[in-house]
Amino acid sequence: MEIFDVFLLETVLNGFLFGGVLALLALGLNLVFGVIDVVWICYAELMMIGMYAVYFLYAVHHLPLLVAFAIGIATVAAAGMALHQFVIRPVLASEPINQLLVTGGMLFFLQAAATLAFGVQFRNLGLALPSVTLGEIMLPQSRIYAAGTALVAMLSLALFLKKTYLGIAIRAISQDRAIMPLMGVNPGRIYLITSAIGGGLAGLAACLLVLQYDVHPAIGLTFGPITFLVCVLGGLGNMLGGFIAAFIFAQLISIGGFFFHIEWGYVMAFMFFIVMMFIRPQGLLGKKR
Amino acid sequence: MRRPAWIALAVFALLPAMGIGNYFLHLAITIMLWSFIYTSWSIMGRFGLVSFGHGAFLGIGAYITTMLWNHFGVTPWLGIPLAVLLALIVAVLIGYPCFRFRITGHYFALVTLALTEVVRLIIVALRDVTGGSLGVTPNIALAGGQSFSLVAIQFAHKEVFFYIAFAFWLFGLYVWRRIDCSMMRYAMEAISQEEDASESVGIKVTRTKLLITMISAALTALGGALYGQYQLYINPDTVSGVALSLQIVFAVIAGGMFVQLGPTVGAVFTLLLAEGLRVAVGHEVHGLDSTIYGLMLVLFIIYMPNGILGKVIEVRGRKAGVNQAAKA
Repeated sequence: MEIFDVFLLETVLNGFLFGGVLALLALGLNLVFGVIDVVWICYAELMMIGMYAVYFLYAVHHLPLLVAFAIGIATVAAAGMALHQFVIRPVLASEPINQLLVTGGMLFFLQAAATLAFGVQFRNLGLALPSVTLGEIMLPQSRIYAAGTALVAMLSLALFLKKTYLGIAIRAISQDRAIMPLMGVNPGRIYLITSAIGGGLAGLAACLLVLQYDVHPAIGLTFGPITFLVCVLGGLGNMLGGFIAAFIFAQLISIGGFFFHIEWGYVMAFMFFIVMMFIRPQGLLGKKR
Repeated sequence: MRRPAWIALAVFALLPAMGIGNYFLHLAITIMLWSFIYTSWSIMGRFGLVSFGHGAFLGIGAYITTMLWNHFGVTPWLGIPLAVLLALIVAVLIGYPCFRFRITGHYFALVTLALTEVVRLIIVALRDVTGGSLGVTPNIALAGGQSFSLVAIQFAHKEVFFYIAFAFWLFGLYVWRRIDCSMMRYAMEAISQEEDASESVGIKVTRTKLLITMISAALTALGGALYGQYQLYINPDTVSGVALSLQIVFAVIAGGMFVQLGPTVGAVFTLLLAEGLRVAVGHEVHGLDSTIYGLMLVLFIIYMPNGILGKVIEVRGRKAGVNQAAKA
């Protein structure tokens, strides 16, 4: 096989676009962890809520797609706030592992509640975006949008955190939890806002994923584990690290899937993660713990 | 152990003889098998080594045993020890670097989560050998109408398996107790509080954590093998993967992570809840039992982090304390 096989090139480009989706997923999780110091194990299930919201608004109630997207994002942002207010806040003071477990419980709950409410069938928007053809290479348009949006979202989030008052407060609280209340910042409010943004990012990811994948109650298990691993590999809470890790993971999965079978792509990515954990336990760009 | 406990145990052991019927027998066996697995998890979980990856060991136990029997005709008598051995090797391969490099808490949980996914995906990917997501049935050795096959460890009557599960359940509790009474427990408790300080007073941190992990992994693999032998059907999602691993963690938390019978109470509670809701609601309403279960888990962790049994003991302890204070 030649090195510059056109199919291999297509695989690499597709992997790059898939990396954009993973990066977007990792962004919200990293933000929440960086600020509140809690891993939302049920993050992908929040995304599932968004996917269902968009599906029902667009495919059942026939709202324009962009309106459906806007409401979907708002729904997940509200869900993120509710998650923080009713589930995370009561355990903020208890042992860290309880915070991990309580969101794990939410994973079960949301998955089962979705089964209860919507049944186990796979649903899709019935909307096929055409592929873009570059010579012999075909790239799905939905993935190009996803990767582009991920980049834009990452840049806007960075700008927001750097330039706005609220963003500076969020960064400050993630650096020193004890001092900020003394400086007149209400951490409870900042946590709530961060949860809303984190949820909103999950909602944005949902809008992009619903274009490519069918929504069903177990969809969270497809994207959840890989999202955590991307975040941990990049260094939990480190958004740039998460971004890089997302592209590495996506390439491994894509190329592994090209040479063997898609599961082996995932096996390779997960093994890579485990090995990297031993080499750099703090993550690619993480601070030394 | 006190007298009422012995009597309860004896009555329980006589259950199959009282003709309780296959359904309840099945329920009892399932509860005991899962209790054994949950207890194995809690052996390390109670010391803050929260593993989200025990599905890996369970999967290795079930699949290695079944694959050796189906493809090479190796009797489970040999297959089970080999499966346990492999689980031990995996436990060392993942545990040693984790403990050596001080990967704890969130990070340990997420590394083990990756491990269980690796095992599940390998099972699915090797679909030519393992049957993939469709699962696999161990070759049945009872075709000729025999009621049991010792070589295959398969039994037509559930009573036999009742006693096997019973024995292993007791064995799991025995191991738990042995560790509870050993110096290892004190070492592990110190480690879970503060690793560096423990090291400084001469506790071999890495070695102790590794030993606990190996015991837990070996027992879990054993549980997986037994589960396969009993159900005579396994599939990657019922014996490995994230959902199953979290199921283990949550059942133990519901029952009580820090007390000997906590995992057993967790198994009884979760299985009876699922069965009860299934009977009460029927099959039409899909997902209701898990919805209630998930909601209860969240409430448990928020309001009763020590689990059902932990709470009961706490409340009784408080009452006893009040009584003693009243007497004095």
